[in-house]
Amino acid sequence: MSAASQAALPRWVDIGLMPIVNLIQALLVAGLVVLIIGVNPIDAMRIMAWGAVYDSVAISYTLYYATDFVFTGLAVAVAFHAGLFNIGGEGQAYVAGLGATLAILLLDAYLPGILLIPLGLMAAMVFGAGWAFIPAYLQAYRGSHIVITTIMFNFIAASLMVYIGSDLLRPPGDMLPSSREFGDAAHLPHVHELAALLGLKMPSTPLNLSILWAAACCVFVWIFIWRTRWGYAIRAVGLSPKAAVYAGISPQRVILIAMCLSGALAAGVALNQIIGYHHRLLLDFVAGAGFTGIAVALMGRNHPIGIVLSAVLFGALYQGGAELAFEIPTITRDMIVAMQGLVILFSGALAYMNRPWIARVYAMFNRRAILAEAT
Amino acid sequence: MEDLWLQTVSILSATLRTATPLVFAAMAGMFSERSGTIDIGLEGKMLAGAFAAACVAVVTGSAWLALLGAILVGIMMGLLHGLACITYRGNQVVSGVAINIMAAGLTVVLGNAWFGRGGQTPDLAPDARFMTLRPPGWEYAYDIPIIGPVYAFVIGGHNLLVYIAFAAVPIGWWVLYHTRFGLRLRAVGEDPKVVDTAGISVTWLRYRAVIIAGILCGFAGAYLSIAQNAAFSPHMTAGRGFIALAAMVFGKWRPWPAMFACLLFGLLDAIAIRLQGVNFPGIGQVPVEAIQALPYILTVVLLAGFVGRAMAPHALGQPYVKER
Repeated sequence: MSAASQAALPRWVDIGLMPIVNLIQALLVAGLVVLIIGVNPIDAMRIMAWGAVYDSVAISYTLYYATDFVFTGLAVAVAFHAGLFNIGGEGQAYVAGLGATLAILLLDAYLPGILLIPLGLMAAMVFGAGWAFIPAYLQAYRGSHIVITTIMFNFIAASLMVYIGSDLLRPPGDMLPSSREFGDAAHLPHVHELAALLGLKMPSTPLNLSILWAAACCVFVWIFIWRTRWGYAIRAVGLSPKAAVYAGISPQRVILIAMCLSGALAAGVALNQIIGYHHRLLLDFVAGAGFTGIAVALMGRNHPIGIVLSAVLFGALYQGGAELAFEIPTITRDMIVAMQGLVILFSGALAYMNRPWIARVYAMFNRRAILAEAT
Repeated sequence: MEDLWLQTVSILSATLRTATPLVFAAMAGMFSERSGTIDIGLEGKMLAGAFAAACVAVVTGSAWLALLGAILVGIMMGLLHGLACITYRGNQVVSGVAINIMAAGLTVVLGNAWFGRGGQTPDLAPDARFMTLRPPGWEYAYDIPIIGPVYAFVIGGHNLLVYIAFAAVPIGWWVLYHTRFGLRLRAVGEDPKVVDTAGISVTWLRYRAVIIAGILCGFAGAYLSIAQNAAFSPHMTAGRGFIALAAMVFGKWRPWPAMFACLLFGLLDAIAIRLQGVNFPGIGQVPVEAIQALPYILTVVLLAGFVGRAMAPHALGQPYVKER
């Protein structure tokens, strides 16, 4: 590696500037694609940005999408800190939805919402963590590669859920492969319902109280990773498993803890989608949020604050992308998917491409600053 | 009896057809990974190849140009993977994920913009496709009991790309184990330092491996959109890239075992629909989803070391840093 790429850059360049450079690169390529299909990229950008924030409905939708991405972004980040790449967030969130559904279907006739919803969330977390536990165990004790096993588990989860959704939970006579609708007690309140209680008038949107759980998860992850022994152990194993062993840390246990936590965080998607919005188990309700989490974690530099910011950005892309597809039918919503791929490419795979020239530019300015001080 | 045999023949014939894209992609993954570069992006490269083939076929009406287009797009995606993994030493899994997601998004965006059918390409005329090749005298062979149907539908009766896929296995085996290039390729996947010390470029070797992977993924994609089907439809690879990856792991990164794993997974795919609603003595009905999930479950079990041991190339996933 050249000296420039190894030069230490100040933290604000690494955390603040790099993600913005990566985003601009992704936007430029996306703009090129938009140009190729004969649409003015600046118009497209304007519609998209405006579409994400133009009124309280748009903002609510942006936040509703962002809620999912906070959960999956945190899930990917926690595993990343332990040096593990959890591609299985999609499957873990999906199976978590089954946990929530089973708990609520069993109990929604008997319990009030205040007990039912936390129980549903807990069941979701147990199922999500359980679905992550098997690949974690196999990685820790049988040496199978977590990337491959979590990919396989995404597919196994998909088959399992189709079977359960269409054969086991579907009410007789129902065409839709989904469970029955939950009782009213199991509906997590929407934000506009709470606002109405306070006398505020807000339009009806899917944005629900899951957003508070997402905020709590962010605080928890920050404390857990940077302020507890377990978090220390996770980061130690992530940096160097061998050194961690010398420090008396068991990498096997760390793998299990990190992955189970990761799966439990991904379970938040089930809270937002199943308990918060659909009120029934739907096939494919995760809808790629698990993969978006990879982009979110990479851009957010695996830190809760960065993850919130990039989750809101991706939420805005989803909402703005929907408006864009509505205004300009030549561009489909899949543009957002392509955009995610580009963000993963530039901020993840090609991360070292930018470092040398940013370091060079930084050194140039730095030298100038030093010279200016000297004279 | 005759009936049962005909059913078996039809299942075997379907197995070869469903295994074909898996074989191409598994060989692609094998070349890339034996050189030390993880290839999670098989799915994306295959999807992009399928889209390219369908687009070129629509515009030019030539199956051969379409195949060429698919191969070129496959190579371009492979080079992008190489740029990220070999030149810039990025995370290889992240790069593969990026390729998969980009391909899933861009194919639909471009397809919808160009053809306006929600990402589906227009149906192709037979000239623009690789059509089934009938072996000489198959109409008469059909009347010969037992071997007749085998000749007409298992040995013969496929399109050209099926034969190329199964030819790619011995060719891949020969290249990997009986050429100087293959020796070096395997060496660079085990210990790049040794290869570098011998004065051979690690970078160029690995680039050639990802280019070969791109070419093979192009074949796989073209097979899906212009041979097996008559158009591209969004997300038409439907996880085949990952099944191929599983088959490659299942075959322990070796050409022949990987091909047999592809055939096994192809067989599972071929019988899944036929087993719907069939009662097994003692077990009852087996849900289709269970059979569909079987390739993934088998791979997990194998990787966990419960059935033999799957050893990955030693330097897999590690970017090579030349010492200064």
